[in-house]
Amino acid sequence: MAAVSERNQLSYIAGQAAESRVNVELETDGMTLNIGPQHPATHGTLRIVTRLDGEQVVSAEPIMGYMHRGYEKLLEVRTFPQVNTLIDRIDWLSSFANEVPFILAAEELMEVEAPPRAQWTRTILFELSRQANLSLFLGDMGVQLGAITPVFFAFRDREHILNLIEAASGGRFHPNYNRIGGLKDDLPAGWIDETRRAMAKMRQFCDEMSTLLMGNEIFEQRCRGVGVIPPDVALGYGLSGANLRASGVDWDLRRDAPSPLAWKDVDFKVWTHPDGDSFARYWVRMQEVRESTYIVEQLLDGLPAGPIMAKVPRIIKVPAGESYVSTENPLGEMGYYVVSKGDTGPFRVRVRTASFNNISIVPWVMKGVFVPDIITILASLYFILGDIDK
Amino acid sequence: MPKLPGLISGLSVPLKELFKPNVTVQYPHETEAPAPRARGVIALKEENCTVCMLCGRSCPVWCIYIEGHKYKAPPRREGGAPRTKQAVDRFDIDYSLCMYCGICVEVCPFDALFWSPEFEYSTPRIADMLHDKDRLGDWMETVPEQPAYEAGATVKGKK
Amino acid sequence: MSQLLVTQILAVSIGDYWVQTVIKSLVVLVLVPTATAIIVQAFLFKMMAHMQSRLGPMEAGPHGALQLMADGGKFIQKELLAPARADKFVFSLAPLIVLLGTFLLYIVIPAGPNAVAEDLDIGIFFALGVSSISVIGVLMAGWASANKYALISGLRAAGQLIAYELPLILAVVGVVIQAETLSLTGIVRAQAQGEIFGLGLFGNPFILTQFVGFGIFLVATQAELTQPPFDMPVAESELVGGYQVEYSGLQFLFFYIGEFGTAFAFSALAATMFLGGWWFPGLDVDGGLLSNLIGPIVLFAKIMLVAFLIFWARFTYPRFREDQLQMFAWKYLIPISLANILVTGVLKVVF
Repeated sequence: MAAVSERNQLSYIAGQAAESRVNVELETDGMTLNIGPQHPATHGTLRIVTRLDGEQVVSAEPIMGYMHRGYEKLLEVRTFPQVNTLIDRIDWLSSFANEVPFILAAEELMEVEAPPRAQWTRTILFELSRQANLSLFLGDMGVQLGAITPVFFAFRDREHILNLIEAASGGRFHPNYNRIGGLKDDLPAGWIDETRRAMAKMRQFCDEMSTLLMGNEIFEQRCRGVGVIPPDVALGYGLSGANLRASGVDWDLRRDAPSPLAWKDVDFKVWTHPDGDSFARYWVRMQEVRESTYIVEQLLDGLPAGPIMAKVPRIIKVPAGESYVSTENPLGEMGYYVVSKGDTGPFRVRVRTASFNNISIVPWVMKGVFVPDIITILASLYFILGDIDK
Repeated sequence: MPKLPGLISGLSVPLKELFKPNVTVQYPHETEAPAPRARGVIALKEENCTVCMLCGRSCPVWCIYIEGHKYKAPPRREGGAPRTKQAVDRFDIDYSLCMYCGICVEVCPFDALFWSPEFEYSTPRIADMLHDKDRLGDWMETVPEQPAYEAGATVKGKK
Repeated sequence: MSQLLVTQILAVSIGDYWVQTVIKSLVVLVLVPTATAIIVQAFLFKMMAHMQSRLGPMEAGPHGALQLMADGGKFIQKELLAPARADKFVFSLAPLIVLLGTFLLYIVIPAGPNAVAEDLDIGIFFALGVSSISVIGVLMAGWASANKYALISGLRAAGQLIAYELPLILAVVGVVIQAETLSLTGIVRAQAQGEIFGLGLFGNPFILTQFVGFGIFLVATQAELTQPPFDMPVAESELVGGYQVEYSGLQFLFFYIGEFGTAFAFSALAATMFLGGWWFPGLDVDGGLLSNLIGPIVLFAKIMLVAFLIFWARFTYPRFREDQLQMFAWKYLIPISLANILVTGVLKVVF
């Protein structure tokens, strides 16, 4: 009991010291506005403590951890199939994409290669989950800025993709479809035609969003020049994904990092934008959704026949070793560092999530912006709380 | 000065949407059938179960409760030894804990567990979310035939 | 002759001045919530829903027509909360003042040659003046809520509502110049008796010549109602309700009625000034039973049209930032409306 109260005391003192540090450093007497854990603008339970001077922000500090679920500790006591189930839920909008880096790391340790059909199908589903995630962003940024209509279109058109994932794997949001060595089951009949139709609808949705939101002058006025992140600062803070590409850095793990998945077999363009402001981030993600539909169509055209699962033993024991694999997830770069000691489950898994780093730039980018711009910048950086807090 | 065209053409999108037919499915008056592979509820085929406990052990949240007993079955042919078999006493799945991951269905070596797309079994009391052996057996009626695979697949249909 | 008869019948049947006043007040008091209900139900629930590819309320009554009654009942039975540190008197007075501005607006709107609560000579002047009362109510609500969010929102609202009063008024001046009267019934008469290039059949609805004024009036109306794209004070995704955030129950319902009742009233003003009001080709503009019966229906149809435009813009656009909002008003709307007045004046004298 004494140890607990000591810990409490120490954390209280540390909190007070941090507050006083802020006060002394800034020497300003502004109003502290707590964009608190419960707030419609933060995508989940994120707390941002801002000090305002009128309507201008003097300092902003994100405080996260309200949604910490203890993933890395949980995964220490699970077997490999169970880990696959749980990591679906880290970034819940693009669940399939969460499983892939872990499975690739485990396959690297086991020195097992999934057959080509499995790799191509994995890539198709990866791109589908990218579209599901980013299409929600396209509508959601509208809501944060006050346009209430686009988000309904986003949810309606996302349904096509969720139905596809459900037809293949059984679960709309948490597919649990990857297995070490391939995929759980092959695609049902009619899936490929349905996917082609869905891709046409997604492109139509992108055009609608272009007309409704991106072409809107009010939207442009709200977003252009707001939250400009120069490329060197972006690299320094470890941003990844569309945030990095919108600052002009031409870096995409699908093209630049070797991967057993089928991206090297398709032609696609990596979109960058020189401005680095909120509009650029929206624009890049819109282009990524469109590009993703073209990637999926190319993959569907060339899907090889064959088995969907390699020969793996029934009870999977991954040999001892460490491996790190990261992929270009919709939110950014997501990676798993898997340490295995030859058991049925990993010894330790370290999850490197994109939103954790993306949010670290908030104090830097929020200096001197207005209160409405806080929301614009947060919306354009696009993080998911499950991704930050794990 | 904001240019007019972007603002005006943006207005056309909701206007067109006003005249398009609606996509809303008015649940509960209308329902949509989920895909055949949809993970709605798990059904148990009792005669296949040998109480090997593989499903209970592999569940990430330990929501399956199994109890069984051994019994002696008559020998296969005359003059042989009686065979030891296991019978299921209790097989409960607690759907308030279940993650709908499907590891138990996949891991079962005797094909005793099946997925069914039924999802309308919510109850006011959490205790009623524990489905016992008989209820799980009833769900077997709702297990659909699995559709054929896409062209190019070499998997023989299973589940 | 018929006008005299109607007036005599009304005078005899209804009685003296005070009884008439009471009846008119009751009519306005009943009309305002009803009008609000119609606007909210038709546009906010159903039209918004269909524009967003969904159905809106469907369960309460046929196609959700009684949803508003359910909502009203819900609001009425809620507990009236007030924050501990709030200024109780100001806190409870604020919604009433906002509502006062709304009710007073309905007095001057003519629904027929005789169907107007009070035919003031300074009709439109009175209406614009009285609609500014709600600004005080908003400020009171923002201050008395003892909440940082409400305070920020109250400050924003003060700046915005006052800034957009000017384009509102200046847009109307063009109409007044063309009609040569401030009275609303007079404006309707001027439109009914006007001619387009010598053709007197359709009258001369001022929207044909005052289209700039119409546009500015609609934009300024949107800002006065704190609706998107001008809803900084009630920015839902940042300030979650702004100055209304601490209100619950009946007081919140008053703000609601205030907002949508004012929407109805301003649509009526726009319909009266720009679209010809209750007049329809063929109706007698000076009086008569037919005009008094059909006039309200015609006016209602025109109000629905204008409200459709207002709400259509509301659902489509994101919101302006505060400084962009102010810049838009002071640097663009006011010079354009001043130019409109100049051109109208010159053309009026020349022609």
